[in-house]
Amino acid sequence: MIRSVPRSRWFDGLYLAYLVAFFVYLALPLTVTAVFAFNDAPFPSLPWKGFTLDWYLADGSGGRTGLFHDDTLLSALWVSTKIAFWVTVVSVTLGCANAVLFERLEFRGKEFLYLLMLLPLVIPGVILGVSILVFYSGMANDASRLWGVELDVFRPGMTLVVMGQVTFIATLATLVIAARLRKFDRQLEEAALNLGATPVVAWFTVTLPWLMPSIFGAAAMAFLMSFENFNTTVMLTGSDTPLTVALFNRLREGSTPVLNAVALLLMVGSALLAVMALGRSRDSA
Amino acid sequence: MNASAGRLSLWLLLTPFLLWIVLLVLVPHLQMLRVSFQVRESWDTLAWGLEQYQNFFTESYYWRTFVRTGVMSLFTTFLTLLIAFPIAWYIARLARGRAKGLLFLACLVPFWASELVRTYGWMILLRESGLFSSWLQALGWADGPVEMLYNDVAVIIGLVYNGLLFMVVPLVTTLDGMDENLVEAGYDLGGSHLTVLREVVVPWAMPGIVSGCIVVFMLTLGSYLTPILMGGKDSAWFTGQIFTQFITRFNWEQGAALGVLLLVLSSLIVWLGLKLSGQSLRKVMG
Repeated sequence: MIRSVPRSRWFDGLYLAYLVAFFVYLALPLTVTAVFAFNDAPFPSLPWKGFTLDWYLADGSGGRTGLFHDDTLLSALWVSTKIAFWVTVVSVTLGCANAVLFERLEFRGKEFLYLLMLLPLVIPGVILGVSILVFYSGMANDASRLWGVELDVFRPGMTLVVMGQVTFIATLATLVIAARLRKFDRQLEEAALNLGATPVVAWFTVTLPWLMPSIFGAAAMAFLMSFENFNTTVMLTGSDTPLTVALFNRLREGSTPVLNAVALLLMVGSALLAVMALGRSRDSA
Repeated sequence: MNASAGRLSLWLLLTPFLLWIVLLVLVPHLQMLRVSFQVRESWDTLAWGLEQYQNFFTESYYWRTFVRTGVMSLFTTFLTLLIAFPIAWYIARLARGRAKGLLFLACLVPFWASELVRTYGWMILLRESGLFSSWLQALGWADGPVEMLYNDVAVIIGLVYNGLLFMVVPLVTTLDGMDENLVEAGYDLGGSHLTVLREVVVPWAMPGIVSGCIVVFMLTLGSYLTPILMGGKDSAWFTGQIFTQFITRFNWEQGAALGVLLLVLSSLIVWLGLKLSGQSLRKVMG
């Protein structure tokens, strides 16, 4: 079934129908979610009652509170942004260090450590969250009970969420950056060294610029994965709720078009971020 | 670079790595294992014991959900592979130029939205007051509202949707590198479509198939939002039970034991998958 092998017309038609059906299946849930963010009805379902921006802009006076006046969701959005920022910084830094470690250096036990590095990918997110909760929060409980010392950073809250998310996002960042470092021509670096650069200068003027597209890619990915994560986050979150958890709580109470409004905003935000990261990597490739 | 500078840079790079792996992965998981063997006798005394694991085997609710989650995850993985393979084949081998890039990108688009948003989209479509129900009534195929949400089929639709990207991408990557002469040779030697698929294409695509299946299986087994929000009263998911122990019952010991069991199940199946297909984790993931 390659281009050079003749196929029947009947088969081609069927294949095409399958492709169309597949992409409809992919697009349908997101399209519907986006469209109902603008329906002038209190419930996201048919019939269509006309176009409105109430679910973004309404200030609560007409019985509707739009997203931009919904303090709970806005503060959750801010919490998620802060978490995603720190996760990105830590994961990308770790990713760079790990990439150099595994691509450039030779040491005993490298193969084994590489497997350890991959480990977080084969552990379900829930378990990553649970284990960090049990260890750190349990430690805080014991410290408080036995010695009266309050280790509040290790109570459920932003620090634990960042730690939990870094656990697996750092692996992904490492893989992205290492893949690019593997394609680097080491002669460039040697040329810099021959021309009198110190290893540190050579790293910052030759190797790091080469890695930049992958660093941007890894950062965009880390930010998105952190922002969207639910399974690890929900186990570790404290009183300052991140957006996915706030949305989940809202959804359990019943759905309103405000949820659609948030969903659409998230989709547009992620799309912009992804396009930016793609553009970056294309410019410098 | 002289030897001592080399040593120094090795340690400088090894330290963050070790801090991350030891403090965030190894130690927490060992502690979870330890807690799962502790039995609370009173509010501040603990003893070693197997009580939590006994609960798992004696209370059928636990192990039934465990088996159900495992079987449904395997089924979802298999279904995702079946659905994704023709798509990946088309993108990698039949589409040309621009169409190829665009179709590939189209597969990625849904994943710019989070699992919660995707699940929410399916809820709007499938529920009693949802779009499918309205359309069926408008077409005259149904007399009243039809509830299509809150059953196992809905859960599988949602789970497959969540996994597709992670299946399509590795499949496209491996199929892209395949030499078409191999396929032609297969046909020239008189192979039928099925024979060529079985003897040439599938063996070639094996690393992609295994890597896609592992990721999809892990995601499905560990997913929470889709089965909880789309499933009915009887469709419990094992992660849901872990959440209940930790969040509503504050029974960390039981929750830790259930967590260990889930981890054992997922590791076992991933290991079996690698063994049966003759692949290694490094080749498949790294």
